[in-house]
Amino acid sequence: MSDLIDIRLTVNGVAHEGRAEPRRLLVDFLREDLGLTGTHAGCEHGICGACTVLFNGEAARSCIMLAVQANGAEIRTIEGLTEDGRLHPLQEAFHREHGLQCGFCTPGMLIAALDFLRVNPSPSEEEIREAMSAVICRCTGYRNIVRAVASAAQKMQVKP
Amino acid sequence: MSAARPDRFVGQPILRREDHRLLRGQGQYVADLVLPRMLHAAFVRSPMAHARIKSVDLARAKAVPGVALALAGAELMRLLPPVPDTQLSLPAKWKTTVQHKIHNPQQPLLATDKVRHVGEAIAVILAESRYVAEDAAELVDVELETLPAVIDAEQAVKPGGTLVHEQLGTNVIGEFAIAKGDVEGAMARAPHRLKRRFYHHRYSGVPMECRGVLGVYDQRTDSMTIWSSTQVVHWLRREASGILDLPEGRVRVVAPDVGGGFGVKGHVYPEDLLIPFLARRVGRPVRWIEDRHEHLMCSTHSRDQTHELEVGFDGEGRILAIRDRFIADCGAWNPIGIGVVYNSAVHLTGPYKVDNLAVSARVVSTNKVPSAPYRGAGRPEASFAMERTIDLIAATLGIEPAEIRRRNMIPGSAMPYRIGLPYRDGEPIVYDSGDFPAGLEKAVAAVGGVAAFRERQRAAREKGRYLGLGIGCYTEGTGVGPFEGASVRIEPNGKLHVAGGACAQGQGMETIFAQIVADAWAVKPEDVTIQLADTAGIAIGFGTMASRSTVTLSGAIHYASDKLRKKVLSIAAQLLECAVVDLELRDGGVSIVGVPERRVSLAQVARAARPGWDHGRPAGMDPGLEETHYFEPQTVTWTNATHAAIVEVDIQTGRVKIEKYAIAHDCGVVVNPLLLEGQIVGGAAQGLGGILMEGYTYDAEGQLLTGSLMDYLLPTASDIPDMELIHLESPSPLNPLGVKGVGEGGAIAPPAAIANAICDALAPFKVEFNQTPITPEQIVRAAKQF
Repeated sequence: MSDLIDIRLTVNGVAHEGRAEPRRLLVDFLREDLGLTGTHAGCEHGICGACTVLFNGEAARSCIMLAVQANGAEIRTIEGLTEDGRLHPLQEAFHREHGLQCGFCTPGMLIAALDFLRVNPSPSEEEIREAMSAVICRCTGYRNIVRAVASAAQKMQVKP
Repeated sequence: MSAARPDRFVGQPILRREDHRLLRGQGQYVADLVLPRMLHAAFVRSPMAHARIKSVDLARAKAVPGVALALAGAELMRLLPPVPDTQLSLPAKWKTTVQHKIHNPQQPLLATDKVRHVGEAIAVILAESRYVAEDAAELVDVELETLPAVIDAEQAVKPGGTLVHEQLGTNVIGEFAIAKGDVEGAMARAPHRLKRRFYHHRYSGVPMECRGVLGVYDQRTDSMTIWSSTQVVHWLRREASGILDLPEGRVRVVAPDVGGGFGVKGHVYPEDLLIPFLARRVGRPVRWIEDRHEHLMCSTHSRDQTHELEVGFDGEGRILAIRDRFIADCGAWNPIGIGVVYNSAVHLTGPYKVDNLAVSARVVSTNKVPSAPYRGAGRPEASFAMERTIDLIAATLGIEPAEIRRRNMIPGSAMPYRIGLPYRDGEPIVYDSGDFPAGLEKAVAAVGGVAAFRERQRAAREKGRYLGLGIGCYTEGTGVGPFEGASVRIEPNGKLHVAGGACAQGQGMETIFAQIVADAWAVKPEDVTIQLADTAGIAIGFGTMASRSTVTLSGAIHYASDKLRKKVLSIAAQLLECAVVDLELRDGGVSIVGVPERRVSLAQVARAARPGWDHGRPAGMDPGLEETHYFEPQTVTWTNATHAAIVEVDIQTGRVKIEKYAIAHDCGVVVNPLLLEGQIVGGAAQGLGGILMEGYTYDAEGQLLTGSLMDYLLPTASDIPDMELIHLESPSPLNPLGVKGVGEGGAIAPPAAIANAICDALAPFKVEFNQTPITPEQIVRAAKQF
């Protein structure tokens, strides 16, 4: 055990302060210290992607980052995806296309898709499959996830 | 699929009610639950496959600040002498019909004398945080005396070798044999015979949420609440009540949102019982969340069967006899008995007419992770052996594999068809409905048909490209008993509340059962609350496994509703001053047939039914509007499917690209086509992962070589093709809705279909892949050898 380090960061637009051991994982800090349990830990070794958050605007796996690395960072988690309680077009598309079953990978899947569509707003199916392979889903067989991302991409382009 | 009736909700692609919480990150999985003063558990697990425990020294661990308890097996044995488990055994009807022998070694909650697989728990630490608990676990000094590891099941059955359970005197912990017809004679007379060995490797469900359990003891009321990521809350309550010596009424088990199960969470694990026991002992809530490494080395594995199959057939490819002897490597323990292995035996011949059959099986203990059901539960192994055999017959005779299937399939006109063997519920197996040849034709047509494919294949080969068409068929007994329970209640506001013994892990049960209840009561699905996976909801329940919940819970809901409807109509008749026969349920109320404006709402009926003064019940009627029914299906109902795949095999890299994948599936009446497709595609993706990517491997010392997701490869979006689904709909005559189970089916046929497709693609190299998985390395070697 070692000394606690002060951490100041912004999560979903809200400033937070906390203290954590240097070894504390960012995912544990988000989930347990800040109570944002929407971000899930599925493997804790950086493979499954369930813990994906936006870290200074880019997708990152919070299970292989330390909380102290997030000092000064701006983070967006699944809890920050809705605006004024309204589902984000990606969330709507996952609902409509039945792109989720158990829901455990879904937060990571949505955040990864958000990042992907920022970089590539009108992707092909193959590009969607390649990008979404960053997150493992064990329930859906991906068909409806791919459809949901494609459908959300269209809706998001139409929107101003 | 037949068109859904517009006035009914069953059959409609209704969007899931579960989604809203899950999409917002508001799902509540066990790892999300936090209680005041909660302690965190970590386990010390065996680094060796087989060893005698000489000593466990907890002193250094106990000295770590923040550690509340450190406990090893020997002390636990003093605190908690073993309680017999309450695993549901097969029914007497099966036991008296099938020749068998079963030993059932019971796993202790912590290892005491020996460790029997890498990952078996030796000691447990409770601490203020998981970090501290894991620190302390590393400081536990365990002295182990290595024993030879039993790794190869075929070696393990030979006398004189090392025993996993010495007291049994054998590693064969289960065996049985089934037969029909005259196999010896038919085999001897068969113009052609072939014999092969089929190995189906070890893989498992690997849900994205690992297991987890949280126990909190309330001293005030001497009661225990357990939240577990389990598929079987009532079974867990039964066992916990035994361990804790508490009446079931003072143990509540809840499975909150569960992040996938697939069978892996379908039985009671040692941690499910140990954590609540310790929570009571220390007087604080205790939570244990399995990490992925633990999951891969101590949550149950599955498959791992070696079949020695001989088939006799005539010159037309008609099967005359099959003899199959197989071994199932069940690992160190056998937590759920012989059911999976028996499934393999009776599902072997699938959709085919085989009059002479003899199957014998041995279940063998080894120093590997225990085996238990995983999506398909013995059927993928059977389908693989059978469907490869069909293709081998085809190759022997130079006849199209599809044609061999056609010639051997039981026709739709033969339904119901008695296959002449007992199911594991002891009942004679009767295929209740279905049209296997129709499914075959539709699946093959969906990938373009055989003739067109052969032309493409020939043209591609000329260019040095290897295309293959593979077919995999199966039948599946679903909706097995013994029972499921439902309580249906009409609330004072006229809304329906239904509690059931099923447990969801992502299937969308709240949505589909609300559809079913809505139809039963002529209300809207949004007027229905579905309460599952909570022992407080209903006294007796069975749980979710074996593609059974849609069948068994819908039956329970139907019959409970029947009972309740009689009461509702009697009360309404009194209120409307008419006869019961003149009434119908309509728009959330009861109205006179043909005069819909003469009605009372269900809320009015519920108010009339309430106990107490000024009620509106007919004289002599008991108060309240709640009925419970335990549906005991007479036996299973049979689904079937044909999977057809076209692959391209790159012989340079060994890569298998799935160009087309079609599934013609028949699971009876469809409750929700959207969710049905989700189940089938998800299952098929797991089957494709199984044949091409996933697998547990052990070295000769019993070390697990695939202890992370870098080694155990799960398919991603770029590994799984899009799939075409064709729905056939042969209603089951065995339950009121005509439904059949769908949870597992998708995972059964992909290994067979893909193996057949690869072999077809590589036919010029005379390659046979009769084992799974099929890896790029094997493909490259096979093509090079030629």
